[in-house]
Amino acid sequence: MFSAAALLKNALSGHTGWTPHWRKAAPKPRYDVVIVGGGGHGLATAYYLAKVFGITNVAVLEKGWIGSGNAGRNTTIIRSNYLLPGNIPFYERSMKLWEGLEQDFNFNAMVSQRGVLNLYHSDGQRDAYVRRGNALRLHGVDADLLDRDQVRAMVPMLDFDNARFPIEGGLLQRRGGTARHDAVVWGYARGADRRGVDIVEGCEVTGLRRENGRVVGVETTRGFIGAGTVGLAVAGNTSRLAAMADLRLPIESYVLQAFVSEGIKPLLDTVVTFGAGHFYISQSDKGGLVFGGDLDPFPSYAQRGGLPVAEDVAACAMAVMPMLGRLKILRSWGGIMDMSQDGSPIIDRTPVEGLFLNAGWCYGGFKATPASGWCFAHLLATGELHPDAAALRLDRFSSGRVIDEKGAGATPNLH
Amino acid sequence: MLIPCPFCGPRDLGEFSVLGAARARPVVAVADLDGEAAVAAFAAYVYERENPAGPQAEHWFHGAGCQHWLTVVRDTRTHAILSVTSAGTDEAAQSLEAAQGAAPEAAP
Repeated sequence: MFSAAALLKNALSGHTGWTPHWRKAAPKPRYDVVIVGGGGHGLATAYYLAKVFGITNVAVLEKGWIGSGNAGRNTTIIRSNYLLPGNIPFYERSMKLWEGLEQDFNFNAMVSQRGVLNLYHSDGQRDAYVRRGNALRLHGVDADLLDRDQVRAMVPMLDFDNARFPIEGGLLQRRGGTARHDAVVWGYARGADRRGVDIVEGCEVTGLRRENGRVVGVETTRGFIGAGTVGLAVAGNTSRLAAMADLRLPIESYVLQAFVSEGIKPLLDTVVTFGAGHFYISQSDKGGLVFGGDLDPFPSYAQRGGLPVAEDVAACAMAVMPMLGRLKILRSWGGIMDMSQDGSPIIDRTPVEGLFLNAGWCYGGFKATPASGWCFAHLLATGELHPDAAALRLDRFSSGRVIDEKGAGATPNLH
Repeated sequence: MLIPCPFCGPRDLGEFSVLGAARARPVVAVADLDGEAAVAAFAAYVYERENPAGPQAEHWFHGAGCQHWLTVVRDTRTHAILSVTSAGTDEAAQSLEAAQGAAPEAAP
């Protein structure tokens, strides 16, 4: 338990008194709810199932160790500055949950509301951001339009007079920021475990057993596990799991790369996104600059990216923040994104009875973690879509009610 | 990454753009286009994907080269290119069939 007394006691005893935060549970023969995927979303789902809905006979199955997938392969940005009505309430619920998360699960997730600043470089782009900002404010979400001088006061190290992409201003969400990805996973795992949820690591699902059209459990590398309800939260590998139930989904898997520079002294105290190319950057508490850009262009399950996109990210970096050219890249990684056909996620039941889906997070999954868990838990517990996620339906594609923020159409690699 | 174009030889990835998985467009008689079956078939064609972890046939366009549409069979786990043929030819149809037959088994 994290209390001031416990911290003091352990500080004075060489930190030898801490115990593991969750049990290494062995799978039981049957659970009321089996959640496949021990990332942020799966663990958050289990946490809220236990805490909000009192459903504790729950297992979270993870093929590796918890947080070893995309929960450990992101750029930790949190924000709720979406444009469309189907997305705004959902992401704003997530933002509000982030704001109370550490007190809620009594774990330091290093949530830092340092702001997210989207730069604009032309009059047309400013108009688009005015529209976005107004849409946000109409939904009660904070948004401030900054002019060039206000941006310069915040982030003076940018290249304001770039010949091709001069910075004219930015749209700022002050409540946005970053969080510590591992701590989010650990906090939810700890909270779920303490309420009786079994977190089963090293347990890969190899099949979904069905009887009379209904899912009755999962085949795993640790044997069959019966389940009243199965929820998939395996973004990146959703199509592979869904294929076990003969489902074809509106999802393709792509690699998204991210990069970290060597650690430097405090430089950037907000999150900045470049408006003339795909590039975003923040500074971690360890001092490294964390940044990324576009997807690699073709479908992939390889957790590594190619050089052309790395070059493009570097070019964008130099266009917006030329001082980055003096830094060394310390490491880079690639994560497998569930790219949906409209760029928005899916939290819904499937045509297979007893099988529920949490998928299609594209490259916005980290910020959605709390609301994803909250709304998926609501769906698993009540069988009803949560009002804030009511638009994130699986059948929105065939019915034409897509939520396409970019207006790119059915081209997953362009969202 | 080099892509062996059947017309130009091995060329850099940057010369190409990828359309995505090669898949057969539904064939529906004009009179039936508004029918439920046709709407479902087109919704599936536009939105649903196999998304295999393994060999997949895709359509690529060699825009900065011969400007041919190509059928590329590629392993999505390793990015290895297994075959490249001119799209719409019998050869491409055979490579498409072969890719669909090679159902992926192993995890990535």
